[in-house]
Amino acid sequence: MKILVCISHVPDTTSKINFCDNNKSFDSDGIQFIINPNDEFGLIRAIWFKEKTGATVDVINVGLNNTEQTLRKALAIGADKAIRINTIPKCSKVVAKSISKYLESNQYDLIIAGRESIDYNGGMVPGMISALSKINFVDKCTSLEITNDNVKAVREIEGGVENISTSLPLIISSQKGLVEEKDLRIPNMRGIMMARKKELIVIEDYGFKISSETVKFEKPLTKNKVTLIPSNNIDKLIELLNKEAKVI
Amino acid sequence: MCILIYAESEKGKLKKDCFELASYASLIAKTLELEVHAVCFNADNAEELSNYGVIKTYHYKNKNYLNFDATIYSDYISKIFNEKFRFLILSSSSNSRYLGGILSVKLNASYISNVISKIESKSSIKVVRNSFTNKAFETVEALEKNVILSVAKNSFEIIKEPVTVEIEEINFEMSGPINIVTSIEKSENKISISDADVVVSGGRGLKGPENWHLVEDLADVLGGATACSKPVSDLGWRPHSEHVGQTGKPVSSNLYVAIGISGAIQHLAGVNASKTKVVINTDPEAPFFKAADYGIVGDAFKVVPDLISKIKEFKSSNL
Repeated sequence: MKILVCISHVPDTTSKINFCDNNKSFDSDGIQFIINPNDEFGLIRAIWFKEKTGATVDVINVGLNNTEQTLRKALAIGADKAIRINTIPKCSKVVAKSISKYLESNQYDLIIAGRESIDYNGGMVPGMISALSKINFVDKCTSLEITNDNVKAVREIEGGVENISTSLPLIISSQKGLVEEKDLRIPNMRGIMMARKKELIVIEDYGFKISSETVKFEKPLTKNKVTLIPSNNIDKLIELLNKEAKVI
Repeated sequence: MCILIYAESEKGKLKKDCFELASYASLIAKTLELEVHAVCFNADNAEELSNYGVIKTYHYKNKNYLNFDATIYSDYISKIFNEKFRFLILSSSSNSRYLGGILSVKLNASYISNVISKIESKSSIKVVRNSFTNKAFETVEALEKNVILSVAKNSFEIIKEPVTVEIEEINFEMSGPINIVTSIEKSENKISISDADVVVSGGRGLKGPENWHLVEDLADVLGGATACSKPVSDLGWRPHSEHVGQTGKPVSSNLYVAIGISGAIQHLAGVNASKTKVVINTDPEAPFFKAADYGIVGDAFKVVPDLISKIKEFKSSNL
């Protein structure tokens, strides 16, 4: 089985969010970048398949060369090969079209992409790839079992889950649940050394036109100060929730 | 020219957020000078959309097929979306978001998700969306002729605007779905986090899963859903489906009550779209107090039972 995991290069979850370039771009000054957590859950599941069934795991990113450190981390965790498409990921459609173009000449049985990236929160790329490349798709996948060609997937829905029986080839969007938090891996020295020797292929920009464009970013206004209520005056809280906030 | 909304149904009835979507579409229809149409599948109350400005509804009907299928539904929605249409409005539900990416390819449309604003001008299609897990607002311009917007939950009010509706009933077939839904596990009497107006959430400060009755009872009296912080789901005290925050579920309820949650930046990011936040914590230095509207510094094991009984009293005296 050949697996492709799409990797987004995103600011660490504790990052302070600032903007530059006339508030048109994210200010990456002093920011630590990580593998998008939703992609990482998918990557670890892919590596599980590699270790149990001998699958091969490739990782792909659409971005400039600053994302290579993140791809190297994916290789250090256990991916076999990395591909970077040298394009500024300006909108989700450009990312999806680029990956889909790569898929025209490279066959995979399973494609995994995170449910959404934790920076732009688009949540669009996996569905777009599925429609562009005409590959069957299961969104918001929280469990994936594959025996031969038979796939059992679980999809999260409001207030519950849907159990799905399907087949390969398949694209899923990954999130927590696919593997547990404790299954995530920190690359060890051996992995990091091996990753240096693994193949990282760079493909030149395919030149797709953008479909939507960021005009500006704004930060939410800072909140009013909290109103503290003494713990022996619950009546006051109820009054405020009822009269001021009007939520009960 | 028209706007199409996808009005989602469940068990043969339109979901409540359809009316939110129809109201939103009617609002932007005025600026854009367009008509609002709707498409739905197996919805016995399809005509109710006319109360919110929908003048035509395409109702796909076949009682043999009650399960959602993204591939088949997106095909049928594409069939309706002919050259008359320019906009497709979706909710932020799991099924609608499942369709969004697929339809943006099938309809050659710019797709913008988490939308929280109206459209101000006819000449350039710009909207504001939530980004960086609610830590920023992003104004985005759609560059393609067709546009799909998925509207963030709880961002727009339902506005009544009764009109006369034409309903076109169309038969549909679901031949050979590739994804076969073998079963659905859903607790019938529990409100889900994404649908709830009130969410009560517990953290490590509750000391163990055996104390979760505090969260459950408070959620009960408030008619809300229960949730938890990331450490709690990682420890296995509560299921992952209850984890709210950056890598869990986003919350945009009217009222969010956090009990024994210190308020790590990742947690705050996931919940700060909620309108009113109440924090109960023993530690006055807990970062959550800075993000809260109302705070009680105190022991949850004393405060919460007191709060539960006082809310019960309040509710029974305000019936």
